Amino acid sequence: MTSRRDFIRTGVAVTTALGFDLRPAIAAARELKISRTTQTNSVCPYCAVGCSVVIHTLGDKARNVRPTVVHVEGDPDSPINRGTLCSKGISLKEFIVNDRRLTQPLHRAPGSAEWKPMAWDDAVERIARHIKNTRDKGFAEKDSQGRTVNRLPNLAMIGGCTDTNEINYLISKFRFGLGILSYENQSRL
Amino acid sequence: MQTVAKLIDTTLCIGCKACEVACQEWNDQEFTMGVFNNTYQTMPDLAPNFWNLIKFNELEIDGAQSWLMAKYQCMHCADAGCIAACPAPGAIMRLPNGIVDFAQDHCIGCGYCITGCPFDVPRLCAKTKKVYKCSLCSDRVAVGLEPSCIKACPTSCLTFGSRDDLKFAADKRAADLRKSGFQQAGVYDGPGVGGTNVIYVLKHADRPTDYGLPKNPSIPWTVQLWKGPVKLLGNLVFVGGLLAAFVHFIRVGPKESHDE
Repeated sequence: MTSRRDFIRTGVAVTTALGFDLRPAIAAARELKISRTTQTNSVCPYCAVGCSVVIHTLGDKARNVRPTVVHVEGDPDSPINRGTLCSKGISLKEFIVNDRRLTQPLHRAPGSAEWKPMAWDDAVERIARHIKNTRDKGFAEKDSQGRTVNRLPNLAMIGGCTDTNEINYLISKFRFGLGILSYENQSRL
Repeated sequence: MQTVAKLIDTTLCIGCKACEVACQEWNDQEFTMGVFNNTYQTMPDLAPNFWNLIKFNELEIDGAQSWLMAKYQCMHCADAGCIAACPAPGAIMRLPNGIVDFAQDHCIGCGYCITGCPFDVPRLCAKTKKVYKCSLCSDRVAVGLEPSCIKACPTSCLTFGSRDDLKFAADKRAADLRKSGFQQAGVYDGPGVGGTNVIYVLKHADRPTDYGLPKNPSIPWTVQLWKGPVKLLGNLVFVGGLLAAFVHFIRVGPKESHDE
């Protein structure tokens, strides 16, 4: 079977033999690796600047196709980075397509030296149980002068830099619901 | 078609190396572990799978510590030494937009381009026996995108556009720098090789060698001789020989064999 590249190459050879120099056309046959990709907008997960990125995925989302990320570059529409990225951000493809990437929660039991895989449901349940226990232990309904405060001083919450406004809204609701006072964001760490 | 170019304003470079990683990522280059040589440089030198290096030149100028960052990659010369030296048809070509591009399919791995390059850029891969270098992302430029390194640069130290526009911008920037007290600021665009499509704005344009740029780059005389007069002479001898044989055939006739 003749591939597109072979076809062009043969064409170039024939036309060159006829006296036309089409050598530059060979270079044009160098395939653009993002010409058939799906573009997905996202946020760089590294620092707190929150640069927007475009993730290029190859694969047409057909039933038997597993899409692969082939390229990540800056999103020119973002007012934050306007298409540029730093050396870490531009390497995001390596972060996504990586053998060493975590795909499930790991649990290191107290006193143990090794991390063991854990099911998502178990992990969420365990976290919830710890939050409930801690809250039961430290929740203060009234302060020393008898005023209602409903606060939880023995738990803190840390937000991530890539959280969207919507997620932050939900995190805040959750925090107020529990009565957490200590609240910090990765951007100030 | 307009000649495209890359402008490197070295005064704006912060040495973040985003352009290096962008180049590696776009061209799907394999990661090679670097070596520490007492500078902040990623690698000591270019490699077949490393086409773009920021040189961190640390030196003292007029009693002050200076850090002269210089982006080291193919200069895409108008009068390219690699093209002059290359014997394989179609292996190195100058695109209509001025980009000097290597087609590895046609490369025979002789390494003449390495000898011919006044900036010491092409690198021979020991495994594939082909020569590699920056292509100025000709695949991206062909569809109207900027090269990968230029897109990534967070300080706008790198800009991309038509050569005339960038030359104008570079001259203006150098004049601004001179006005702000950097007396030696100037533009470097490869004198001696007909101008390069990579233009530098240097704070110390009087000493380009400190940036790792040759003061007066030119195609080595060996390559010029070999590809010029010697090649012509060789061709003359070849055609002359054929002609002489033909004339001899006409005048003397074919070789006769005598029985002993």
